[in-house]
Amino acid sequence: MEQVISPEKKGLRNSRLFILVPVIAAFMVYPFLVSDYFIDIAFFFGIYALLGLSLNIVLGEVGLFDLGHAGFYAIGAYTTAILNTKFGIPILVLIPVAALAAALFAYVVFSPVIHLQGDYLLIVTLGMGEIIRQALINNPFDLTGGPNGVFGIDFPRIALPGIGEIFVCDSSIKYYFLIWAIVGLTIIGLKSLQNSRIGRAWNYIREDEVAANATGIDSRHYKLLAFVLGAGLAGVAGNVYACKLMVVSPESFTFWESCLMFCIVLIGGMGSIPGVLIGAAFISLFPEIFRPFAMYRMLIFGSAMILMMMFRPGGAWPRKRGAVEFRSLLEDSGRSDA
Amino acid sequence: MQVILEQLINGLTIGSFYALIALGYSMVYGVLKLINFAHGDLFTFGSYLGYTVLVFGAAFLTAHFGLWGAFVVATGVAALSIACVGVVMERIAYRPVYRAGRLPAVVSALGASIFLQNAIMVIWGPRFQAYPSEFIPDAKVMLGDIRISLLQVIILAMSFLLMGLLYFIVQKTTFGAAIRATAHDRKTASLMGININKVIFFVFTLGPALGALTGVMVGMYYRQISFTMGWNYGLKAFTASVLGGIGNIPGAMVGGLILGVLEMLGAAYISAAWKDVFVFVILILVLIFRPTGILGEKTAEKV
Repeated sequence: MEQVISPEKKGLRNSRLFILVPVIAAFMVYPFLVSDYFIDIAFFFGIYALLGLSLNIVLGEVGLFDLGHAGFYAIGAYTTAILNTKFGIPILVLIPVAALAAALFAYVVFSPVIHLQGDYLLIVTLGMGEIIRQALINNPFDLTGGPNGVFGIDFPRIALPGIGEIFVCDSSIKYYFLIWAIVGLTIIGLKSLQNSRIGRAWNYIREDEVAANATGIDSRHYKLLAFVLGAGLAGVAGNVYACKLMVVSPESFTFWESCLMFCIVLIGGMGSIPGVLIGAAFISLFPEIFRPFAMYRMLIFGSAMILMMMFRPGGAWPRKRGAVEFRSLLEDSGRSDA
Repeated sequence: MQVILEQLINGLTIGSFYALIALGYSMVYGVLKLINFAHGDLFTFGSYLGYTVLVFGAAFLTAHFGLWGAFVVATGVAALSIACVGVVMERIAYRPVYRAGRLPAVVSALGASIFLQNAIMVIWGPRFQAYPSEFIPDAKVMLGDIRISLLQVIILAMSFLLMGLLYFIVQKTTFGAAIRATAHDRKTASLMGININKVIFFVFTLGPALGALTGVMVGMYYRQISFTMGWNYGLKAFTASVLGGIGNIPGAMVGGLILGVLEMLGAAYISAAWKDVFVFVILILVLIFRPTGILGEKTAEKV
């Protein structure tokens, strides 16, 4: 069938531009207007956005339940910390290394269990996250520093031979731009992935795995690919987190972190990139906004999560495309009860 | 040999805690396909209620009911109150959500968990609380060469009694058949005249009540409780219910006991620090070979 861009679609594209440009401008200006404290909050918003985007591949696009994502985040952070402190490898070089380490781990571990369904896969991911955390606490081969973790991680630096150091990422504002640049690049990448053959295969598996298999999609391959990509991105987040805090310790990578990531994706809307950003904003900004309520703020936070799901069960910004097409298909065939 | 048997008894004690909590997860999961993340916090809540009853009612309780009576009253109060909390929680946090699908309910359950955990912290404070030791029997029982504490005997007897009772209700009575039918296929069960709301009410009273009871026993066994302990026990108990085959009630009991014994043997013979790793590795291995747990049925997928 011929692809025709209807006038409405063109209008949609323009209106999207009207939203996008001010949002990006606001992100560029924001750090110059506020104190370091608020820049750091925005930095952690960025970290959670990246983590949410990485889990969104697994949970949102393919519909695989992953409650151990903090494990991949931990692998990225510890790979960075250990290689930087022990061997002095620059942080920026370690970004792809951290991503590869987490991705490789995901590949090796999930290859034998990728056939598990729903909650059984969930418990495996959960167990995996706990195994990683316990291993970090137990300090195998004297690498991970036990419960204290690894400290003394360097700033990200760029040095050229002959010229010397040309860039050091040593202030809140530089970290802010580092993380949001990575988030921006990730969004561009994921956006094109969503509309690619891979993205469509993922969504197909999420909607109906049996039918997807029947049409020749190798669901095992695509599910593993989702885990590997998601883990790799979480590894990148771990890298940036490690060099920002300059110390990594096991308590940053608990089951609770995995739960937060899970909530980011669901509060925002499964498979929706703007949704993930909203979810990450909710998770990272909400406790800050309600800080004056002191010990009651987590009570409010828990209630807010329940209320969100009552009133917007599909998430704050659900992904439209698939749903609309699916519904029109059902209406065409005369059954809309499914 | 003697040491192994003693470790086995210790493992069974912990295993029966896991099993009793796992029953709450498994029953709710069976009926609603919902992982009730707040269940671990209901367990903690029960533990704290039992603690409060024992501390503030100490003089009154021992005067009127004796030492054993005080224990029964504490567990009874905790179980009944938490059963009410469970029902209220289902009405507020889950009922409005689970029509929308499984995943929103997961977030709602996590929200309820955060709420409960922090409510406990606000009420009792963030520090550890110690169970009053005058209520805890510290006698030892000799079984041949094996020395076990009287408390362990009581815990084991009570757990097995409760599990037996629940097994009987679920497997042998008409209402139990209704529960199993609902777990198998909710829609068809309701068409067959089963009152689904009654079943939901039942699982949301009995599950939390068992959890609260376990909470009091854990408090007496370890003597101190903290507001965050629900996470750890909840995680283990949920693992146990998956190990046994989630939604399957005998499976939850078997899974819990096996998990407890494995954990204890792992701690004793491999390494205490690596025991959780050992437990999860076993879990993953079991799932590789039996993808629906030890007692889980392999159901053909409908297309």
